[in-house]
Order: sequence, then structure tokens, then C-alpha cells
Amino acid sequence: MEKNTRMGTNRTGVDMAPMLSKEMARGARELTPAQQADPTAYDSMVQEHVREAGPLGTVPVPGTVRGALKSLLDKATGHNPEVFINKLGERLAYERSGVRFYEAAIRKFEALRDTEAAGFPIDELRHIRNDEEAHFMMLKEVIAGMGADPTAQTPDADVAGVAGMGIGKVLHDPRTSMAQCLEMLLMLELADNDEWQMLITLAEDMGMDEAARFGDALQEEEEHLATVRRLYKDSLIAQASKGAVRH
Amino acid sequence: MTVNLFDTRGTPLERQRFTWKEISQQPISKLDDDAFTRVRIILMNGIEQQANRFQHLASQMSAELRKPLALVRRTEHHQQTTINWLLSGDHSPIETTIAYEQVAIEVTAAVAQNEPDPYLAQVYRFGLLEDFDHMYRYSALLDRVEGKDANNILQSYTDVIPGRPTIDEHRHPHDDLRNHYDRASADPLTKMHAYTIMSAEYQTRDYYMNIGPTFADPVARALYAEIASIEEQHVTQYGSIIDPHETLLEKWLLMEANEVYNYYSCMESETNPRIKAIWERFLDYELGHLQLVTELFKQYERRDPAEILPQTLPDPIPFESQREFVRETLTREVNLRASGADFVDIEEEPEASLEYRRHLHSEGAPSEAIAAGYLWQPGTELNRDAIRAA
Repeated sequence: MEKNTRMGTNRTGVDMAPMLSKEMARGARELTPAQQADPTAYDSMVQEHVREAGPLGTVPVPGTVRGALKSLLDKATGHNPEVFINKLGERLAYERSGVRFYEAAIRKFEALRDTEAAGFPIDELRHIRNDEEAHFMMLKEVIAGMGADPTAQTPDADVAGVAGMGIGKVLHDPRTSMAQCLEMLLMLELADNDEWQMLITLAEDMGMDEAARFGDALQEEEEHLATVRRLYKDSLIAQASKGAVRH
Repeated sequence: MTVNLFDTRGTPLERQRFTWKEISQQPISKLDDDAFTRVRIILMNGIEQQANRFQHLASQMSAELRKPLALVRRTEHHQQTTINWLLSGDHSPIETTIAYEQVAIEVTAAVAQNEPDPYLAQVYRFGLLEDFDHMYRYSALLDRVEGKDANNILQSYTDVIPGRPTIDEHRHPHDDLRNHYDRASADPLTKMHAYTIMSAEYQTRDYYMNIGPTFADPVARALYAEIASIEEQHVTQYGSIIDPHETLLEKWLLMEANEVYNYYSCMESETNPRIKAIWERFLDYELGHLQLVTELFKQYERRDPAEILPQTLPDPIPFESQREFVRETLTREVNLRASGADFVDIEEEPEASLEYRRHLHSEGAPSEAIAAGYLWQPGTELNRDAIRAA
């Protein structure tokens, strides 16, 4: 069924029920007692928890201290190597989830191939999906090569997963449109680009050799960003212009 | 339409079948469907959840009834799943919470006005003002944590105004127990009201207990903990108005009749044709269950079900805004408190309840913290010009 933006019976705003809404607003204004309560109470209660709370978790201690890890520790003299491992773990998780997010979009667009997605270059999304998988595999090698555990979920990997929950929901909902999905992929790529740059900066700062390998990935991510930005723009413009669907 | 409880056979149990596609079908639109469609969905999920809960317990207490209970319960389970899965994935847990409180307010207010027993009508009005306050607290939470307007869910049917303050709702367990109706003399409508509201409150308690820990915001977590505790009190209150002398089969019979009554009420008022067809189908399923339980009742209790049930159903539950009634109740009864099974003025509240909540609140009360100075306005409290323009 058609998923693109159209006018309909959206009931969420006050204009859909003007009489009821007017009465509701009047009641709120007249029947909400003036309160003496401390307006900063919410902030204070949250801040008390912030001060008392520990972290999400830790970066795992390597199961075996192999030569590679020792080399990492040696290189990272004057730095905290766990910061690097944490960020590597995050990138790995992000790329791995990214594969699944692209698969969700591809699956949906294939289903719409005879309608909204007619003429849409799905192969461009497949190409990006494969790149994300290759990045995941590369990061796995890098992490394992350092003697760390690529199957562990580091704290920043956890955060990336939490942040991605909304993106996943939009992509997986059968009711969301192509443009809505492409907007999610654009958000993914925007953050992905900056995070690869951040990883390179961190690697260079810590004197890690991996910076060059990550540069190749960043270059591909820049291409992804340009592609998704173009596809999203075309999709929106196609919706806005009555008649022909363009990509 | 009139439903005759004894002459309508309904769908035979063996023909009550499902596919996964039917069970997990297209959800409603959060944006386009009427808020009362969502109200009915949530209410019926609660009714089915109670059917499942009761039938499991009954099965653990009755060797003879295990097989028929297992048969009926499987269908009830799939009915519940079909209904609950109508809620779409774009509802955030707080948005769904707003809808749960809308159910508690609008359905309890409707029941309070139609309840034939004046004491029980007072019980419903008492609980109503507490759920009404929860709406205000959760609306503040939705606004201040997610930056969203509760009225996107409420569609202007239900007010967002403080009720009996949630901090004052915490009571000693004995002050939550009420007098029960008399199974022999109570109007059948009284029994259906009691089972309906008890079921709705029970699912609300369970919902908050499930989603509370999924929040990251510490005040949201604490608020769900606090309001779940009140919902637990409400289950105590509404569970206690049901006559504990009813036999197990009598309860089963009443609950099946109540399911018929609730589906009938939903069917009569539903505006979405696809959802209306579900209410119609499940009304027929429940009539089938009722026929089965009627036969079991005759077989095991050697009694006529007509002693328990009316020939025809009462008028359906009205699903519409009860704004005026709620406001009148708020003005008249916000200062009522409970003393055992009685309702008293705020000055006469028993020390046991006061002491109980003094300790609970001694390290802060989340329901106060989240809503401090909150005034609902269309488009959230950040939309500062809205209330002046209204």
C-alpha cells in the first residue's frame, strides 16, 4: 500500500477537535492549582542519581595477555589503551548493526519495486551493505590482532546499540516510507563518517599503525554518505513533485 | 442490538481458530485512528489478560475443570494477542501509558455513572480521581523527557489536570480494602463493572511493572515504581469489591458473561470497520465460551445460570469523553481519603496510612519531582503562547 506522504484524518492536533480542545485548555488553565513546588525538583532528583551512578560497564580485560596486547600497551605509553579498544568495539558494533539496517531497507525497497521503488537503484544500497560488512570484518581482525575480544560488547558499543534502537524501529516498520527509511540511513552515515574520523584521530594520537587502514574505510564511508544523501533528496523531491517518481 | 445470553450459541469452540497473520495483523494508526479505538483495544487486552490469569489459577484449583479450562484459555490467549498486537510500534512506552490512563479515566467514569450500587459508585469515583492524577504526572513526564504532547494521544477527550495528588494516594494495605457486593442480591451490572475495572487496573499494574525498568531516566524509573504501587493498591481495592463467596464456576461464568458484555460494548461503538469486525468475531467466540461454561455450571453446581446472569445484556459501556463528570467529581471529592472500607475527609485519614507514606516519601517523591509547576498546554509546555491563544 501507498506509504508516501498524503493528507488524511490525522487526529493528533487540537484543530481536529476545536471545541473539545478549547475546553481542555480552559480547564487546564483554570483547574491546575498554582503550585509552590520546587521547579528544579526534577533536575535535583536526576542529578542525585547521576552523582551516585556507576558506569554502564567496563572494557573487558583480555582473556590472555598475548604479545600483541603487550605491543599495544607498549605503544600506548602515556595513554589509556582501553579508550581505543572501547571505540574499536563501538565501530565494530555500529558496522555490524549497519549491515542489518541496510538489509532492512533493501528488503523493504524490494517489496516496493513495482510501486514507490520502481526504478530505485537498490544495488547502490547493496553495495553499501557489503562495504559495512567488510568494515566489520576488518575491525574484528584489528581487535583480535591486539589481543582484545571482538565478541565483547564494550560500553560505547552498548551506547551505539541504544542509540540505534529508534533507527531500527523506523526501518523495520512496514508502514514507513522509502524517504523515511533513507533519512535513517543518512543519520547513520553522518554519524558513521564522524566516528571513523574520530577513530583515526585517536589512533594517530596514540601512535597506532591502524590509522592508515581506517583511512580507506573513511573514504568509503564518505562515498556512502554522498550516495545516501542523494537518494534521500531524490526520494523527497519525487514525492513532492506530483506525477512521475524519480530517483 | 440485543444480546440474549442463553439463546445465542456463538462460535463453537472447535471453530475458534487463528493464523499467525490474523494474530499479528496490521496495527491501528497512532495518528489517524480515534483515541477511543485505542481505549477499547487496551481495555479488551486487560479483560482477556484477566481471563487468562483466572483460568490458570482455576486450573490449579480444580482437577475436573482442567481440560475445558485449557481449551478455552488457549483461545482467550490468542484473542488477547490479536488485540494487544493492534497497538503500533511507533507508540513510545510513555505514550502507551497515557493511553492506559485514558482507559482508566474514561471507562471508570462511565462505570461510576451507571453503577446501581451507591457505595460502589463512590469506590469508582475514588479510584477515578487517582488515575486522573496519574495522567497529569505522566503527561509531565512525556513532555519533559521526550518533548511530546500527551494530547497527541488523548485527542482532547481527556483532561490533563491534577487530581488527588499521587503522593497522597499511598495507603496502608487495610485502607485499600472495600466492602464487597453481595453475590445473591447484587445487580448483574454491578458484577460486570467490578470485573471490568479490576481487570483494567490489573493490566495497568502489570504494564507498569514490565516497562518501568526499561527507562533510563532515573525519575521515570522511580515514577513508574511509584504509580505501579498505586495500581497495585487499585487491584486490591477493586478485587475486594468482588464477593469472595462466589464459587469458582460462578466466577468463571461471570467472567465469560463480562467478556461478552465488553465485546458487545466495543462492537456497538467502534468507528474503525476493521477493528469492529474483530470485536464482532470475538463476541461470537465469547458467546461460545459462555455456552460451554453454562453447561459446566449446570453439571457441577446443579444450579440454573439464570440465578447468576440476566437474560439480556445491560446497555453497553459508553466510550466517550466524561469530562464534565470527572471535573464535578474532582471538585466535590478530591479531599476524600480512605479509612478502612469507608471514605472520610482528608482530616480523618488513619495514622497507619499517614505513617506508611511518610516513610515511603522520606527520600523524595518522583510524582512531585516530575510535575513540579507543570501546566499542560497544547503543543507541550514549551509552546508558551498556546494557552493564551486558546
